[in-house]
Amino acid sequence: MLADFLIDVVRVVFIILLAVQIVAFGGFFERKISALIQDRIGANRASIFGFAGMGLVNTLVADPIKWLLKEDVRITGTDRLLHFWAPVVSLVMALVPFAVVPFGNELVIGDRHINLQAAPLGVGVLYVLAMVSLGVYGIVLGGWASNNRWALLGSVRGSAQMISYEIAMGLALVGAVLVYGTLDLQEMVHAQGQLIGGWLPAWGILYQPLGFILFFVGGVAESKRTPFDLPESESELIAGYFTEYSGAKHFMFFMADFVEVVLVSALVTTLYFGGWQIPYLAPDGFHVPGGGVVAVAPLLVTILGVVAFTLKMLFFTVLQIILRWTLPRFRYDQLMRLGWQGLLPIALANVVVTAGLLLWLGGHA
Amino acid sequence: MSAVLFLVIAALTVLGAFTVVVARSPVYSALGLVGTLFLIAVLFLSLDAQLLGFLQIIVYAGAIVVLFLFVIMLLNLQAELETLSAPGLVAAAALGGLALAGLVAFGVVRTPLGAPALADGFGNTVPVAELLFTTYLLPFELTSVLLLVAIIGAVVIGKKRLA
Amino acid sequence: MTAPAPLAWYLVLSAVLFGIGVVGVLARRNLIVVFMAIELMLNAVNLTFVTFARARPSMDGHVIVFFVMAVAAAEAAVGLAIILQLFRARETVNADEVTTLRW
Repeated sequence: MLADFLIDVVRVVFIILLAVQIVAFGGFFERKISALIQDRIGANRASIFGFAGMGLVNTLVADPIKWLLKEDVRITGTDRLLHFWAPVVSLVMALVPFAVVPFGNELVIGDRHINLQAAPLGVGVLYVLAMVSLGVYGIVLGGWASNNRWALLGSVRGSAQMISYEIAMGLALVGAVLVYGTLDLQEMVHAQGQLIGGWLPAWGILYQPLGFILFFVGGVAESKRTPFDLPESESELIAGYFTEYSGAKHFMFFMADFVEVVLVSALVTTLYFGGWQIPYLAPDGFHVPGGGVVAVAPLLVTILGVVAFTLKMLFFTVLQIILRWTLPRFRYDQLMRLGWQGLLPIALANVVVTAGLLLWLGGHA
Repeated sequence: MSAVLFLVIAALTVLGAFTVVVARSPVYSALGLVGTLFLIAVLFLSLDAQLLGFLQIIVYAGAIVVLFLFVIMLLNLQAELETLSAPGLVAAAALGGLALAGLVAFGVVRTPLGAPALADGFGNTVPVAELLFTTYLLPFELTSVLLLVAIIGAVVIGKKRLA
Repeated sequence: MTAPAPLAWYLVLSAVLFGIGVVGVLARRNLIVVFMAIELMLNAVNLTFVTFARARPSMDGHVIVFFVMAVAAAEAAVGLAIILQLFRARETVNADEVTTLRW
C-alpha cells in the first residue's frame, strides 16, 4: 500500500524532473544554437571564480537568480488576483500533460511490474487535449489583468491563435488514434514495437506522415514559438501579453513557453517516432531481422528505453530551437489563414483518407 | 474518507456556482463557471465516466467559457454597480430555487439507488461509440447538422453590418 | 471502482446547482451572467444523467450527456453572437434596458 504510493510519487517526480531539466538546458541550447546560427559566440561572461563553462553558468546560475530577484512590479487599477494567477495557470497547464507521457517500458522489480508512465489513463490523448485547452486561460487572464490596451490585444490574438491550432492538433491526433485503435499512449508505444514486413519498425511516422507534420506545426503554433510568435514578438511588441509582468511571474510565463516546447517534443516522440522503442529491441534482447536473438538483461532494456526516449525528445527540442532562429514570423492574418484554411482542411482530408485506407485494409495496425 | 472528499468537492462546486450568480464582475462569474465545470468533471471521473469527464473539460471549460471570456473582453464589460433585478423578483427567484432544490432532494431521498459493479471499460470510448453508431445514429447525424448550422448562424449573426 | 459517496448525494448536489442556476437566470440583469447560469443548469442536468447511468448501470446516460454538450456548445455560440449584435445596436447588455418589445 505504502510501496504503491511511493512508486507513484517516484514516477511523477521522475517525469517532471526530466521535463524541467530539459527546459533548463533548453535555455542554454537556445542561446548556443542561436549563436551558432548567427555566427557569434553567445553569452559567456558570467563566471564563478573564473569558471564560465561556455555560458552554462550564465544560463543556469545567473539567469534564474536574476529573474527571481528582480523587482515584482505591482500594477494598479486592475485585478491583482488575476495578475498573480495567470502565469501560474499557464505553467501548471503546460506541466500537467507530462503525466500521461510514457517514458519507458515496464520495470520489473521482483514480482512487481511498474508501468513507466505517471498516470496510466485509458483516455490519455483526451487528457492532453484537455490540459492544453485550459492553458489558454493563462493568456486570456494575463492580458486582461494587465491594464494595458496592447497587452490585451496581444492576449486576444494569442488565445485566438491557440484555439485555432488546437483544432488542427486534435484532428491530427484523430488520425493517430484511428491507426492505433486506442487512446492510451502506452498502448500506442507498444504497438510501435512491431515490424512491418519483418524488417521495418512500425513507427507512427510511417503510418501518418501527414499527421506528424500537422501535429508538429500545430504544436509549434500552440506554444507560440516563431514562426508563430506574433502574440509575443520580441522585436515588435514589447512582450505582447506579458508586458506587465516582471521578475518571477515573467519567469513563469517564459518557462511555460519552454515546457510546451518539451511537451510537443515528448508527444511527437510518443505518437510518431516510437516513444521509448529502440528498433529491433524487445524485452528479452535484440531481434535481428532474419533470425537470431542477442540476449540483453531486461533491466538494461528498460534503461535503454528511457535513454532512447530522452534522446528523441532532445532531438525535437533542438529542432524547434533551430526552427525559431531560421524562419521569419507570420503576420497575424497569414497565421489565421494557415490555421483555418490550410491545416484544417488538410487534417480533415487526413482523417478521411486514413479511415478509408483502414477500411480497405481491414482493421487497425 | 472518500465521502469526506466528495463533500469537500461538492462544497467547492456550490461555492463556484454562487460566484457565477453573485459576483459583480462578469470576469469573476466566468472564472467561477470554469471552477464549477472543472469540479463537475472531477465528479464525473469519480462516477467512472472518464470520457465524459475529459470531454467536459475540453468542450465546456476549455472552449465555451473561453468564448464567454472573449465576448466579455471584446465588449469590455466592467464590474457593475447594481447587479440584481428588482427585490421582489429576487425574493421570488430565491424562493423558487430553494423550493425546486428541496423538491428534487426530497424525491431523491425516497428513491433507492445502488452502485452496482461495472462492466470492464464502462465509461470509456468503446461503449459510447457503440451506442452512438447503432442506437443513437440519427441523433448523432442530426447533431452534426446542428453544429454546422450553429457555426454558420454564429458567423452570420456576429458579422458587422455595413449600414 | 465503487463510487466514493452514496449516489443520492450526487443527485442532491445537482439539484442544488440547478436551483442556483434558476436563481441566477431570474435574479441577474446582465445577459451574459444569465447565459452562464443557463450553462450551470445544463451541467446540473448532466451530473444527474451521469449519476443515473452509474446507478443502473447503463451507458445511455453518457451518450445523452454527449448530445447535451454538443447542443450547449452550439447554443452558446449562437447566443453570444446575438448578444454581440445587441451590444453593437444598443451599447448595453442589461436586460432592463432592452425593453422595446414590451408593452
